[in-house]
Parts: sequence; C-alpha cells; structure tokens
Amino acid sequence: MLTGCSDKSQSFLTPDGPVSALEHYHLWLITLITLIVVAPVVVGVPLLAWRYRYGNTRARYAPNWDFSTALEWPMWLVPVAIVAVLSVYLWIYTHELDPYRPIAADKPPLRVQVVGLDWKWLFIYPDYHIATVGELAFPQDRPVSMELTTDTVMQSFMIPALGGQIYAMPGMVTRLNLEADRTGEFEGMNTQYNGDGFHAQHFQAVAITPQDFDRWVKTVQHNGAALNPTSYGILARSSTPAEVHNQFGDAAMPKDITFFNDVASRLFAGIVMRYHGDRAVSPAEEPGTVAYNAKLASK
Amino acid sequence: MSHSFWSLVFGRLDFDSLDFLKAFFHPDLNDVILSGASWVVILGAVVTAALLTWFRLWVPLWSKWLISVDHKRIGVMYIVLALIMLARGVLEGVVMRAQQADGLHGGFVSADHFAQLFSTHGTIMIFFMAMPFLTGLINIVVPLQIGARDVSFPMLNSLSLGLTVSGAMLVMISLVIGDFSTGGWTAYPPYTEPDFQPGAGVDYWIWAVTIAGLGSTLTGINFVVTILKERAPGMTLLRMPIFTWNALCTSLLLVFAMPPLTVAGLMLAADRYLGFHFFTNTLGGNMMNYANLFWQFGHPEVYILILPAFGVYGEVIATFSGKRLYGYVTLVIATMAIGFLSFGVWLHHFFTMGQDADVNAVFGIATMLIGIPTGVKVYDWMATMFRGRIRFSVPMVYALAFMVLFVLGGLTGILLANPTVDFQVHNTLFLVAHFHNMLIPGTLFGMLAGYTYWFPKVFGFRLNDRWGYIAAFSWIIGYFLAFMPLYAVGLMGMTRRTVSYTNSAFEPWFLVAGAGAFFVTVALVSLCVQLYVSIRDRELTRDIGGDPWNARTLEWATPSPVPAYNFPVMPHIHALDAFAVAKEAGFGYQEPTSYSDIHLPGNTWAGVIAAVFGTALGFGLVWHMWWLAWLSLAVLAVSLIARALLGDRHPVKIPATEVRRQYRAWLEKVRAVTPVTRALEWDHRNCGVAATEYFEEAAE
Repeated sequence: MLTGCSDKSQSFLTPDGPVSALEHYHLWLITLITLIVVAPVVVGVPLLAWRYRYGNTRARYAPNWDFSTALEWPMWLVPVAIVAVLSVYLWIYTHELDPYRPIAADKPPLRVQVVGLDWKWLFIYPDYHIATVGELAFPQDRPVSMELTTDTVMQSFMIPALGGQIYAMPGMVTRLNLEADRTGEFEGMNTQYNGDGFHAQHFQAVAITPQDFDRWVKTVQHNGAALNPTSYGILARSSTPAEVHNQFGDAAMPKDITFFNDVASRLFAGIVMRYHGDRAVSPAEEPGTVAYNAKLASK
Repeated sequence: MSHSFWSLVFGRLDFDSLDFLKAFFHPDLNDVILSGASWVVILGAVVTAALLTWFRLWVPLWSKWLISVDHKRIGVMYIVLALIMLARGVLEGVVMRAQQADGLHGGFVSADHFAQLFSTHGTIMIFFMAMPFLTGLINIVVPLQIGARDVSFPMLNSLSLGLTVSGAMLVMISLVIGDFSTGGWTAYPPYTEPDFQPGAGVDYWIWAVTIAGLGSTLTGINFVVTILKERAPGMTLLRMPIFTWNALCTSLLLVFAMPPLTVAGLMLAADRYLGFHFFTNTLGGNMMNYANLFWQFGHPEVYILILPAFGVYGEVIATFSGKRLYGYVTLVIATMAIGFLSFGVWLHHFFTMGQDADVNAVFGIATMLIGIPTGVKVYDWMATMFRGRIRFSVPMVYALAFMVLFVLGGLTGILLANPTVDFQVHNTLFLVAHFHNMLIPGTLFGMLAGYTYWFPKVFGFRLNDRWGYIAAFSWIIGYFLAFMPLYAVGLMGMTRRTVSYTNSAFEPWFLVAGAGAFFVTVALVSLCVQLYVSIRDRELTRDIGGDPWNARTLEWATPSPVPAYNFPVMPHIHALDAFAVAKEAGFGYQEPTSYSDIHLPGNTWAGVIAAVFGTALGFGLVWHMWWLAWLSLAVLAVSLIARALLGDRHPVKIPATEVRRQYRAWLEKVRAVTPVTRALEWDHRNCGVAATEYFEEAAE
C-alpha cells in the first residue's frame, strides 16, 4: 500500500530478504500486541468525554470517587503482561536479528568491505580485488557479510528492503549480514547526516543470479578504473556518486555508477588503522575535512 | 584599519558574516529567506524598543520585571521567551515542510540552509521553547501550590532566567550574524569537530546550550529545595498537588541530567578551542563517548519535557471533570518510577552502534518498562473522567486530544524500543514523527493547556475562548496532518534531515504534511490574536474571585492577580486538594484571625547581568573576540561574588496592616460577586467565584 507499484524495492514494508522479512513481521506483531493497551484509550477517551459531559445529567456523578482496588489491578497488570510478552519476543528477535550474526546458508557468504566517504559508499570486494561506488551487486540467495568503517565522519548504512542499519565509524569496524531472496534492485543509503551532499548518498543494491554475478565481476575487473593511493585520494574528497562517475567513469559503466579494479587487499585495513597511529592524522590527510577538500581543489 | 587590529577587536567576524546583507549580493530565494529572517529579528528588536519608548515602559519594564525576583514575574518572562521562540521554531518547521512538499523537484532551500533550519529548529524547540515554557509554569505555579512566599533562592532564580535568555539570544544573533550549526540539535561529532565544521555555527550551538544548560541546572536545584523545604505547615509530601509532584520529579531530573550535557558541550568545546581529542577521529578520540554522554542527558531530558505536561493534565482533567483526581498515590508512584527509569535507557538512541545483542535487548526491555507507569497514568486520567461532569474548556480540549494522540506515540515508542524495528526506522522520518507525537500533543499541548488554565491567576482575566478553540483545533488538525504522514514515509525509508528526494511515492505524503504546516501556522497566528483579543476585552473576563474554573488546589484560593507575597498569612493544610475541601465545607474565603509583617527579598540585577554578559561571553567565544569573553567572564564572576558578600541589601517589608487592608478589600470584592455554576464558565458573568453544585445521583 505504501510503496506504490514500483518494481524497485525501497523499504522493509515489502521485504526481500530473511532479515527484513522478520523485522517486518516483528513490527506488526508488536503493533498488534500493543494495540491491546492502546485501543481502549483511543476509543474510551471520546466515549467517556461524551458520556460524562457536563450537560448529561442522566449520567452518574461521583465527585469524590478517587480509587478502586478492583480497577487498579488490571491497570497495572495488563501493561505488565503486555510488556512481559513483548520482552520475550524482543529478546528472541534481537538475538536472531543481530546484525553481527552470520546468516545460516549452505553457501559461504560473499565478503564485502564498506567504506563510508562523503557522500558515497565505497564497496570493496576483497576476494575479487574490485570495488564499486553507487552499486552493490551480489548473488541472490547467498548471504552478504559486510565489514564497515568510514574514512570521514560517522555514517549509517542501510538497505531497507533487505535489513536494518548499522553505524560506520572511523577507526572502527562494524558488521552487517544481509541476504536477498530474489533478484532485483533495492535502494540503499546513508541515514546519518554528513553534510551538503547527504541527500545524494544513495546507491543501488542489486541482487542477481550467480551466473550474472560472475559475469558482473569480470566486467568490473576488465572495465574499471585502477584504485591506487592517488585515485583513492581523489575519490575520498567530498563528492556524490554522480560526481565520482564523472571523474572516474566511462561509457561502459552505468549512469552514476563507477567500477574500480586492481584494489589492494590491504586497502580496508589501512583505512581503519590510519586512525590508530600515535600521531594525529593532519586535517589535510583526513577525508571530509575542509582542509582535505581545499588541498584537492587546489591541485 | 590594519588587519591585526581588526581581528584583535572583532576576532574572526567579517562582513561576509552579516546575513542581513546577503540578499543584496545574492538575490535568490534561498538568500532572500535567510536575509528576510535576519531582518525580522532586527526589525522586531527595533519595533519593540520603539514601542517601549513610545509608551514610556522602560522604567516599569526594568523595575517591575527585569530586576524582579517575584517567582510569578520570572515565570511570565520565561513564558514570553518561550512564545517568541515558539514563533521562530514553528516558522522554521513550516519552511522545512514547504521545502519537502516540493522536495521531489529540489525545492527552494539550499542543502546548507536546510541543515541550519533543522539544527536551529530542534535546538530552539527543546532548549528555548519547551524548557522555558515548563520552567515558567513551574515558577508560577509551584510556590502557590505549596503555600510558599517565593522560591528558596529568589536571586538564583533570576540568574537562571538570565542564563536561559543568554542562550536564546545567541541563537537569535546567529540568524543575523554568521551561520548556525548544521549538526542537528544533537551536534554529533566528529561532524561537529573543527576540521569538518570550522565556522562559528557549532560554537553558537555549544555556548547557547551550555550557558542555558547551567541555568536549567540551577533551576532544578532551586525547585528541589523549594518543594522539599518551603511547603506550608501541614502540607505533607502526599498532600502536594500532582503538578508539584511532577515539578519535583522534573527538578530532580534537571539536577542529574543537565550536567552530562554541560560536560559533553565543554568537551566538544575543548576539542574545538584547545586542540583536545575527546571526540576526534584520531589520537584516541571517540564519538561513541559523546553519544553516551549526550543521551545520558538526552533521555532524561524527554521526561523533563513531558512530566510538567503530565502535571498540567492531572490538574486540568480533575478540575474540568469536577472530580477528585483518580489514583493520586498511583500517579505519584508512576511519576517517580518514570523519573528513575529514565536514567537507564539512554542506549536506545543508538542501538545501531554495533554493541552486541545482549546489551541492546536489555536496554530495549528497560525502555518498554517505562511504558507501564506511563500507561497507568493515562488510565488514571480516564478513570478521573469516569462519573465526572466534564466541561470542554480549552485546556480540557488539549487534554483530550493529548490522551488519544499520545498513546499512538506510545505505540510507536514501543516499536522504537525494539532494536529489530529500530534498525529499520532509526534516523528516518518515522523517528521524527514519533518524537513530534510525544512533544506536540504531549509537551506543547500541555504547556498551552497550562497557559490557558493559569493565565487568569497571573493576570486577573481569562483568555478569549473562541480564539482559544480555534488555536487548539488548528494545533490538533495541524499536528495530525503534518506528522502522521511522516510515519508512513519513514517506514518507506525516507531519512530525516534530507533536503530533497527522488522517490515519487513520497510526494503525496509530503503534500499532506505541507497542508498540516498551514494549519500549524494558523494555530500560531490564532494564539497571537487570542492574546490581543483577550487583553482588549479583559473587562469581560475579569477573574475577581481568583477561582474561575472551580479548581481544587491552593493557588486558586488567592486573589488574581496574586499579590507579590502570595498568601496574606501562611496557610495550614489539612488535606489533599485543600481548597476544594474548604469550598465544600463552605470555608473557601475565610479571613485569618491575625496578620503579621511579611518580608520579601529585594530586587536584583543578577538576572540582567547574567543575560547581558552571558550573551556577550558566548558571542565573544563564538567569534574569538577574546577580550570580550574575558571581560564578560570577569563581570559575571565579580558581580556574583559581590552579591554573595553583600547579601540582599534591599529586602522589602510589608506591614501587617497593609496586608490586612489588601486582603479585606479583596474579600469585600469576592462577597460582592455572584457565584456562578459551571454552565456559565465561559460567560462574562464568571467573575471567579464558583457556586456549589450538587447533582442528583442518577442511575446509570
């Protein structure tokens, strides 16, 4: 009802993976259970107000009645029971849907390393030495195991149709496990405000068949720009996926999407570890800062 | 003038910082809005000054208000501040709604300007609208409800107001000079670190919130002590009116919750000014510490905002149902339980930070626990209405709308308490819809209900009903239209703080929300019209007897407006709802057997000095005008120390004979007034003395 009839899936109201499906189920389960205590208020307040309006002298008036033990029991116990039931579900599902928890499957997960930059995500496929901006492709029915960090301010990574979000923070690694159970395109984004280009920090998560995925990997391997320290330095300045495409892309790459190859296997670890040195990273070397962008603009 | 001399005097302030000139150099819609807003502030200040001069009001303004330590006058000044800031906050909200209604096509506001709008809107509504409003109501009402002459520390009270005004002034100045932060009301680093945001904006946020936060801490201390130490003889804790209980809990929360914010703000300032690395990306800085500190303040803060409103609703629902409050002791327990639990749930603001499922689950369950006492409160209010005689006066309209809408926000709150769901809707407009659901029907409606309810007590005449209803219904409709759609688009994956979007499915919802913003604007205008009409027609709504609503608590036993000394003699309290009990027994307006001299604290310049030099201190720090910062700090320190050494040099003594004369004159007037039944509550014949009504106990 809420998403219209677009084929591209935007939200967990039309879940396309096991994680988002369970989140969606839990949403409605909580709503229904909580309505047991909420609905009586929504219905009861107007009824009481009308029944006991000043002009209605037929209704009983008990100005000094101010307590009833019989009423007190359900007032406390019903909410307590509701919260107890909800707590059991909360405990179970919070553990089951822990973003760090690997998704059970017969195939090993696809590993992806995610680096938040202003105002795009860089997806590194360490097993294939490729990386992308603007598109995260992976096979359907195979878990994707992500490690996340940023090389700028804090961001939050989310593909609503597949699962919930997790923060990405500089010098730290968080994890997220997702899976799509159909082929299709799913909107992905950063949800944590990080400056003027924030609203443009979207990407396509694309689930494809394993055969198509192999072909896609080969395309990127053959058709990408080299990601070396120099090009990463330029990539890391504040820019939208469209601007990255204009800088590095070519006609063979889809609109607003950029492919990179020759990615060093230590790139992700290097990004995390550079914030752990015993000397400060100078602003001119720290992506996202005013000094960093100014340095690149002057080149 | 040489550059170095310029920077010595003006720090980093330059001509480019003057927003009100921008439209002349870059005449596009975005800058016209920006400059227009600056001009509104400038002209508002000029017109106010001109009117004060024209009507020769500077002297009374100074001597009766600015240097006054009377808790009622200080309360009124808080609420005036809140209403001014409400106007700005609402208008910013309206611009944001208009922008997003057109957001599919890019809208008309730049991304940076939009970010300043949501940052100032949040900062203003929380710190400079809701906080002053509830502090104002607490100031006006609590000493009257507990039968006190004034608060425990009247000079400190004035000082707190001055500090709060300083913070608000800084936010207003940022509209005219320089930009405000784009980091939202939470100002999360590292985005707010100087390497990323070197301008004045984040510094405006830090000093506005930190200086005003000190004021709030002091207010908390003042009211904890006042409520515990200044109660009239016989007023045991369990005879305190429910609003006072909520005020006590709020004050305790202020004392314990504001310091983490002050600390977080000062640590961020240390990063920005002194090169510290508390929250930076490198050298061991960690923004997770900021998130924890901020929300150790931030979560109790939401109960600071809602509990006074709960207190108002308790008074309003009992009064307008013509009944005793149902489950008084239960409500007290529930209030204190909420206050206690509020310190144990802060982590639910960042379930998505990567901690393990055990931690998330514990905080999720702790959060849901708060739903229990809150739910019980709502049922208690419903039971208060049960077998009552309900009059739909303006405060009661707010209360009814609150109960229905608030539980919907409770439902979405339970959803957000579940980490599984929070992973999906965190940082989306669903969250924005949730907290507006709590803060508009909860806090704002409560504050407006309290404003309408206690207005006659302070000014001696009632507010106009017709415009009150128009405002109330506009708020209710406007709230519903503006924020219910945000739940939908939030579930659909629309992030908060987003200037524009590409998903056309969002657009219809945003158009409805835009229509809601229109109704909210009407509500704001209606409040202004209501105030004008009410003052114009004040002779028709005179509250001579001081009890226009046939209310129950002690403050209604005093004349309206209340004299500076509140009570001619200290009342002795024998029951809960002491005034209602006295009225029932026919002893509502008794003359005391003997009077004695009343001693009141003298006026003080503390508040004015705090406001002027607090603002100057913040301004100097924001713009690196170090001489100004040091000078202001010195003036503040020296004047406070001097005041402490000198003490109150001008205490006021009101002789017993004068008190007797005034009180007898009032009793005379009360006896001349015809008591009215509640059928005439809205009528001009209601002069503030309630007739006793007995209804036959009809069968159901």
